[in-house]
Amino acid sequence: MMKFTKDHEWVSVEGDTALVGITAYAANALGDVVFVEVPEVGKSVKPGDGFAVVESVKAASDVYAPVSGEVVDANTELSNSPDVVNAAPEGAGWIAKIKLSNVSELDALMDRAAYEAYLDTL
Amino acid sequence: MRYLPLSDADRSAMLATIGTKSVDDLFVDVPAAARRSGTVDLPAYAGELEVEAQLNAFAAKNLSPAKAPFFVGAGAYRHHIPATVDHIIQRSEFLTSYTPYQPEIAQGTLQVLFEFQTQVARLTGMPVANASLYDGSTAAAEGVLMAQRITRRNKAVMSGGLHPHYRETIETLAHAVGMATDACPLAVDGEADTLAHIDADTACVVVQTPNLFGTATDVSKIAAAAQAAGALLIVVTTEAMSLGLLKSPGEMGADIVAVEGQSIGVPLSFGGPYVGLFAAKEKYLRQMPGRLCGETVDADGERGFVLTLSTREQHIRRDKATSNICTNSGLCALAFSIHMSLLGQEGLKRVAKINYARAHALRDALTKIAGVESVTPRFFNEFTLKLPVAAAPVVEALAAKGILGGVPISRLDADPAFANHLIVAATETNSDADIATFASALKEVLS
Repeated sequence: MMKFTKDHEWVSVEGDTALVGITAYAANALGDVVFVEVPEVGKSVKPGDGFAVVESVKAASDVYAPVSGEVVDANTELSNSPDVVNAAPEGAGWIAKIKLSNVSELDALMDRAAYEAYLDTL
Repeated sequence: MRYLPLSDADRSAMLATIGTKSVDDLFVDVPAAARRSGTVDLPAYAGELEVEAQLNAFAAKNLSPAKAPFFVGAGAYRHHIPATVDHIIQRSEFLTSYTPYQPEIAQGTLQVLFEFQTQVARLTGMPVANASLYDGSTAAAEGVLMAQRITRRNKAVMSGGLHPHYRETIETLAHAVGMATDACPLAVDGEADTLAHIDADTACVVVQTPNLFGTATDVSKIAAAAQAAGALLIVVTTEAMSLGLLKSPGEMGADIVAVEGQSIGVPLSFGGPYVGLFAAKEKYLRQMPGRLCGETVDADGERGFVLTLSTREQHIRRDKATSNICTNSGLCALAFSIHMSLLGQEGLKRVAKINYARAHALRDALTKIAGVESVTPRFFNEFTLKLPVAAAPVVEALAAKGILGGVPISRLDADPAFANHLIVAATETNSDADIATFASALKEVLS
């Protein structure tokens, strides 16, 4: 199941963990990504916390945690190849894996159809 | 275009717009007792000749380092600056307006800063260096803030050999970001004492070598112990010339290095502007403060230079920038870089060795005086004497004899245990005659 935020993060839920990344729209808007600062494993996050940073040739943007939980894994591959965020933002370009502490928070996020409708309003 | 800012008519129009009768009405919130009434008592207008004569008369009251035997150090040092440095810094390739970083018009400046970074990296033994910060003390404080970002810990431990001005600068900046500071008591040879102060919240340990007292320390073991406890080691050096002779901070395992670069190419000038050298391990590059110049190729494939990794900086990263300093000490860095190029690697080593030799000759001459001892166990060009009497009046008495005889610790720290301590430095600018004059004057003052 994939969910989206208005800040253009995606969450892909499997059981009680979720992969988090930035959407294709965000990656495209940022331009060539040159650096990703991934979160520390073990860090606790809650919705809206800036927990990672994506830097492109144009800007540096915070990535906000879409859900509460603990960071259980981070995509350290991105330090060698940050361009994966552009090539596969919603796949190999994932940023962190979060162990969910409150699954009901997912209800507040958009599904793909709602996110695409939201993009049309921008 | 007519340019007469703030005419009376402008002022009236502005006051009428905001509905206020006079400028003074804008200050009613300041208590009357705290407000100055009337005008500042300044002398009337004078012509250029008169002003020059007046200022020369003021300047004549100073005892210039160039005119007196000079043994003052403690963070700023008198070294020879070849006339070529002053000549080259004025070349048109380097003369551009403030913040000359547009690559289209500033290749001269950018190339020099790139080479400056290479020189700083090699001097400090570190993989990466920035294009300079304001001075050694602010570089040290930026290092502490950087350690907080890297370790996500909130305490800085400072050695008792750290220059008190550096300690105060660190305390000021650390306080602003909610960091605690733990300063060890003043100590001649206590850089390793910092280790006992490390706890689970310690982001960094700040040590200085050569330290305030001149003591040079191999901090390798301190680096390893600090890092084993999860803290970074920040090595501070106030005398850049020492890097020409001593083991580099990088070789000793430093994570971050902050150096005052004034000694190489920058005159004393009453305490500034100076140039802060800042270097770190490569893995911390993204957390570094300040400007970085990088080498690149232009559209035609030609080698060129640009500012790089700017996303760390305030104009892009805003409140999450690695520093709120978005500039560097460009002119001083240029002078540093040119002087380094003129000296070359061997030249720098040679000058450093002369400094070492001069200071040790000075130590030998001064400690022959009854009651005078050196407390500094190992030093480069600076050491601390313990006098039989309070040091501050002795310095005044020496000045009355036309000799600038060092810095009493009491000027920097009120600890009565160090009231008799006097920091003295010698460089390549001190002749044998200077040393003999100093020794005989000190003997006279103490007898």
